[in-house]
Amino acid sequence: MRQSFAVGVGGAAGQGVATPGDIFAKIFSRRGLHLNAYNAYQSIIRGGHTFLTIRTGPDKISNMGDRIDLLIPLNQDTMDRHLGLLSAGGACLYNADLIQPGTPAAGVQMCPIPVSKLADISKNKVAQNTLAIGAALSMMGVGFPALESVLAEQFRKKEQKVIDENVGLARAGYDYATQNFKPFEWPLPMTETRYAVLSGNAALAMGGAAAGVKFYSAYPMSPSTGVLHWMAEHARKAEIMVRQVEDEIGVINMAIGAAHAGVRAMCATSGGGFALMSEGLGLAAQAEIPIVVIDCQRAGPSTGVPTKTEQGDLWQMLGAAFGDYPRVIAAPLDIGDCFKLIPEIFNIADRFQCPGIVLCDLLLSEGRLSVDPKELDFHPVIDRGELITSNGSGDHETYKRYKITESGVSPRAIPGVPGHTHTVSSDEHDEDGVLISDEYTNTVKRRAMMEKRMRKMDGIAAMVPLPQLQGPANADVTLIGWGSTYGVIDEACELLREEGVSANHLPIRWLVPLHGDAILDLLKGARHTIIVENNYSGQFARYLRSETSFVPKGHIRKYDGEPFMPHHIVEAVRDQLAGKTKLSVPAHEVMV
Amino acid sequence: MATTDVVAPKAMVMADFKGKVDPDWCPGCGDFGVLAAVQKALVELQIPKHEVATISGIGCSSNFPGFIDTYGMHTLHGRSLAVATGMKLANHAMTVLVTGGDGDGFGIGGNHFMHTMRRNVDLLYLVMDNQIYGLTTGQTSPTSRVGMKTKSMPYGNIEAPVNPISLALAAGATFVARGFSADQKHLVELIKRGIEHKGFSFIDVFSPCVTYNHDNTFQWFRPRVKKLEDNPEYDPTDWGAAMEKSLLWGDEIPIGRFFERTDVPTLHGAEPVLNAGPLVKQDNRIPPDIAKSFIAELM
Ligand SMILES: Cc1ncc(C[n+]2csc(CCOP(=O)(O)OP(=O)(O)O)c2C)c(N)n1
Ligand code: SF4
Ligand SMILES: [Mg+2]
Repeated sequence: MRQSFAVGVGGAAGQGVATPGDIFAKIFSRRGLHLNAYNAYQSIIRGGHTFLTIRTGPDKISNMGDRIDLLIPLNQDTMDRHLGLLSAGGACLYNADLIQPGTPAAGVQMCPIPVSKLADISKNKVAQNTLAIGAALSMMGVGFPALESVLAEQFRKKEQKVIDENVGLARAGYDYATQNFKPFEWPLPMTETRYAVLSGNAALAMGGAAAGVKFYSAYPMSPSTGVLHWMAEHARKAEIMVRQVEDEIGVINMAIGAAHAGVRAMCATSGGGFALMSEGLGLAAQAEIPIVVIDCQRAGPSTGVPTKTEQGDLWQMLGAAFGDYPRVIAAPLDIGDCFKLIPEIFNIADRFQCPGIVLCDLLLSEGRLSVDPKELDFHPVIDRGELITSNGSGDHETYKRYKITESGVSPRAIPGVPGHTHTVSSDEHDEDGVLISDEYTNTVKRRAMMEKRMRKMDGIAAMVPLPQLQGPANADVTLIGWGSTYGVIDEACELLREEGVSANHLPIRWLVPLHGDAILDLLKGARHTIIVENNYSGQFARYLRSETSFVPKGHIRKYDGEPFMPHHIVEAVRDQLAGKTKLSVPAHEVMV
Repeated sequence: MATTDVVAPKAMVMADFKGKVDPDWCPGCGDFGVLAAVQKALVELQIPKHEVATISGIGCSSNFPGFIDTYGMHTLHGRSLAVATGMKLANHAMTVLVTGGDGDGFGIGGNHFMHTMRRNVDLLYLVMDNQIYGLTTGQTSPTSRVGMKTKSMPYGNIEAPVNPISLALAAGATFVARGFSADQKHLVELIKRGIEHKGFSFIDVFSPCVTYNHDNTFQWFRPRVKKLEDNPEYDPTDWGAAMEKSLLWGDEIPIGRFFERTDVPTLHGAEPVLNAGPLVKQDNRIPPDIAKSFIAELM
């Protein structure tokens, strides 16, 4: 089993759950440890209940895991809801003045902190948080100086007095714990590696910057807003034009205008905003203007559950905008992949002059992961495709924007180049860009244009890598997932193998084009196939069946708003292998 | 990105702006006059055609980009201003013209109309206002008058029309004018002025639909339109006076330049990212030291 240690911090929104989270994340990553953080919260600015899980360890931590080792409840509610997550060896640090301890499982250490004795609570409302952080680090075997420097950074915008006060509090908590509480049996290890810690949204934005995006437009919508925030904050340094637009219809059309002018343009939204964008997506396809649109999925339909995760937009993406047109759809497998995928999909969109869609979700967008900084490559290959940026070539009198070619790709002159004036159009047109929508009998030209555009799909398919099976061959069970479930399925396979069930994993990253034949080939010998996805109807299962006729033995689905935990998958696989069911819908035991 | 262009200096003439196809508007449609006026204005201003982008939505009037030889974009119904904003911000060296109808601009595109004005995007927006939906064969539009009978309101319109001029003034447009397709000379002057204005220029042009609007015809407009320019006392820098004039409708309908102010920065002028020149000419690589600083923030 992977060695890992998980801290859970919970409280009402506005109680400062984020700060301890940031501090733990910094300390872990600076010890050279991997981490994965997931925040469960609601669409409320004050009140409600927020529960942050940070899991750390020396190996890659691909998901939030199954258990918590240390619980820090900032209010009674958290104590009541989450104490049950602790098992023998775990501990709970809480404010003894305010919170009544619950009844823990055997072997759980309850650690009351006498906050009013250690701090002047009339002056510092979040004293309990800082004391708890100090105490926690003492119990984890982390030296105090690490905390001191992170606190100084955390409060760097405040006066020295504030920093001193917080360091003092942390020290008091640290010393109190050293004297009164039993340290954890597994002191946090240390390695020489240093990791970057980032959210999926920051990764998507940075991936855009690396890909050479010069224009980013958006309208705020959870869980995609973090992309806008990163872009806006770094716009001037990165020299990216960032615009907040009146609505998502404007967002995509502005991006199309910028892309047509010749720059790489990107936008991000969630399902609702994407629905408004769909007509624009068709325009990009018909006028053959490359853009990249990111959909950070949240639980739908309609306003749905704005702060909860789901993989429920696949069919919206597959069917977005009317008519047939070439499109590329990819789902990043983890937060590091959010970065890596953007330059890749831009190269395809540019080469084939069509829209690229990135299907992310809240789990990745708002989760945080440690990534080796070497993986954040700001100089990836940039392939802008056949772009005419000057009239140097000569024979421009005959320039045809939509010239019919074997690949379906017509060289694209950007506006401003002399001798290449032309009109692009959402209406059907001929090679010159002249409308044929009014020539009601011209079936020949219409057919030729449809075929020209759709031919691009062959070239795209050749650029998209084939899916790969991970884990042992001839496994007892093959789990098939797509996008963000990659990490949790990976760990579930490992746990299954530990109990003697050999399991392998087929993660799907490129959804359109889907390499159906390659998938069938990989699954040919599979003994027991199960598709795992975060939605109600098995959207990927239905898509795979429609493309390949493949029907798996079973399904594991979750649509309660929370992501899978490894044990959900492990238990469901056990049930399905025992023939108990073909459709498992694991219950999320913890209410958040 | 670009290498240098080879352009022989050459005076632009009307024929240079002739599109690949002739307009397929109904004979007598007001839009012919608007097209001719735009071509004339571009010739008089001597703007090379490859430096002009003409962007439209969908409608009879929105077929415009196909009938003029520039870099054209025939986009979606109502979305021309959003597309044009993106185009202008990505290459502000281009002269951007946006053309369309009253349904396109004030109906389905109303939201973009308002926001493009408050942003003072540097472009000329020409609405061929025929107070009807032409392309869809004659339904009520946002500028149809009360009582007007159309296929969609056969018993007469009961909704008050929008007043594009007052709306533009209220939304902060920095150049607001009204033209009449039948008054070429006047319209050409307005268009030239609108193109030269640094900021958002709006010209609402009465461009009668001879097929579907039998109320607001050329004959109906001719005796009513009165040029603001004929009144030496009229001061187009006076926003209050412009607002007052914009409310006139009946026996006297003012046309001309209602309002212009030049003290508001354009959107591209206010954006520091463009200090280094048009976006499309900028380097698209993040310099290594900047990339390093982005990663350092995460450590
Ligand atoms: C989303 C969408 N809805 C409806 C239409 C159909 N449609 C095309 S043009 C038009 C109205 C055109 O009226 P206007 O903008 O005034 O232009 P005109 O034809 O009068 O010049 C409509 C409703 C469309 N193309 N797209
Ligand atoms: S229907 Fe009306 S607006 Fe359309 S082309 Fe004919 S006259 Fe012009
Ligand atoms: Mg109209």
